Amino acid sequence: MGFKRVVVTGLGALTPLGNNVEEYWQGLTNGVSGAAPITHFDASGAKTQFACEVKGFDPLQYFDRKEVRKYDRFSQLGIVAADQAVQDSGIDLEKLDKDMAGVIWASGIGGIQTFEDEITDFAKGDGALRFSPFFIPKMIADICAGHISIKYGFGGPNFCTVSACASSAHAVAEAFTMIKLGKAKVMITGGSEAAITHAGVGGFSSMKAISQRNDDPKTASRPFDKDRDGFVLGEGAGALVLEEYEHAKARGAKIYAEVAGSGLTADAHHMTAPHPEGLGAMRAMKMAIEEGGLELTDIHHINTHGTSTPLGDKAETMAILNLFGDHAKNININSTKSMTGHLLGAAGAIEAIATVLAIKNSLVPPTINHFTDDEELPALNYTFNKAQAREIKAAISNTFGFGGHNASLAFKKFDE
Amino acid sequence: MSEEIAKKVIAIVVDKLGVEESQVKPEANFTSDLGADSLDTVELIMELEKEFNLSIPDDQAEKIATVGDAIAYIENATK
Repeated sequence: MGFKRVVVTGLGALTPLGNNVEEYWQGLTNGVSGAAPITHFDASGAKTQFACEVKGFDPLQYFDRKEVRKYDRFSQLGIVAADQAVQDSGIDLEKLDKDMAGVIWASGIGGIQTFEDEITDFAKGDGALRFSPFFIPKMIADICAGHISIKYGFGGPNFCTVSACASSAHAVAEAFTMIKLGKAKVMITGGSEAAITHAGVGGFSSMKAISQRNDDPKTASRPFDKDRDGFVLGEGAGALVLEEYEHAKARGAKIYAEVAGSGLTADAHHMTAPHPEGLGAMRAMKMAIEEGGLELTDIHHINTHGTSTPLGDKAETMAILNLFGDHAKNININSTKSMTGHLLGAAGAIEAIATVLAIKNSLVPPTINHFTDDEELPALNYTFNKAQAREIKAAISNTFGFGGHNASLAFKKFDE
Repeated sequence: MSEEIAKKVIAIVVDKLGVEESQVKPEANFTSDLGADSLDTVELIMELEKEFNLSIPDDQAEKIATVGDAIAYIENATK
């Protein structure tokens, strides 16, 4: 029994740029920033008072009142995005062998708002251990994978990957591997995050990880720019339906792209700082390319992790230069985080979607907010400020997480 | 007093179980009629404790199966 080919047949997204894939892609290609003052709580006294929130999401449009109370926002966003992807895939749930269908769904943090609410209530109390029976099942990061499987009756592999900001790239990689090894025919994968809370903003702020450009939120996320000062916290969900190629072909599915390979490595260096030369990142990209049987020169586009932090952007561009050598300058590099902000555990999924759509539409979304070149970065094509038309044979989406986790996903143009 | 208790209990049941007020009759069973699972039931009891400033022991809580049971228990406990 040989390895199976894996294709992408469905997409779903709730993002700071729009609450479906079409709006998300429009925002990306038009160079729109999703940043704005925080509305989820009163952030007026905080060092950072803006973020990239999902806008206009009313959970009661999708869930009844009881469900709304039982699902943390990260689960609500995840369930809705997954449903969009399932609808988009056109899979006939009646005909599907549901035991060969699974869900691998990521979150970097899980239900942090739930955690915050429950602990706040506890602290106000008399010390008695009075917690809601839904505290744990609402908060735990894996619960959304469970909810999605319950909704569709999918009995295949089901779990959550947690690797901070690389979480949902690991989810996509695992889902890909499940199908490749023949353990499933269809996988719903991706991730969701909703950490724009007191604790989320406060925690990242103390690390000096997030931008403090309160006077101009829309230009705060400026990856690869000389004056970048940290990432912009985002929230949302990205969902992909991955499918075994023969299964997709048999039902005449539309195919966005083929998943070629995944590269999973560790920096083994520092808790939060990247390896200065991006050695782990370089090996991750190399591993993904090799698994896909691709040549370095087949890679025409890289959706970088590119969070807009001083150290991270530098290490990643060094990794690209060191791996690709002369070919590096031929690659359309971008950071869609310049527009979406950093969706943490959902970043890998929404960026995988951006990468897949770039391949399908032969168009690379820009890295917006470029004002000043950083002479410390290699002179590469960062697709600054304006989308560029580009026929793409294969592309990589990079995602890295605190803890030194690196995940690279390689996608290629689908060709029978 | 009794009517006031019933009113409060019904409001809590409507809110926590996401059901219509018309369904919340005295004979309605939380599990079989109002769709509560084991976690919902625990939450409901906790909410009643909070609202009426009571502590309902587990062995008593297990006997509260219907809306009427809850109202009767609270009436008795708050006399």
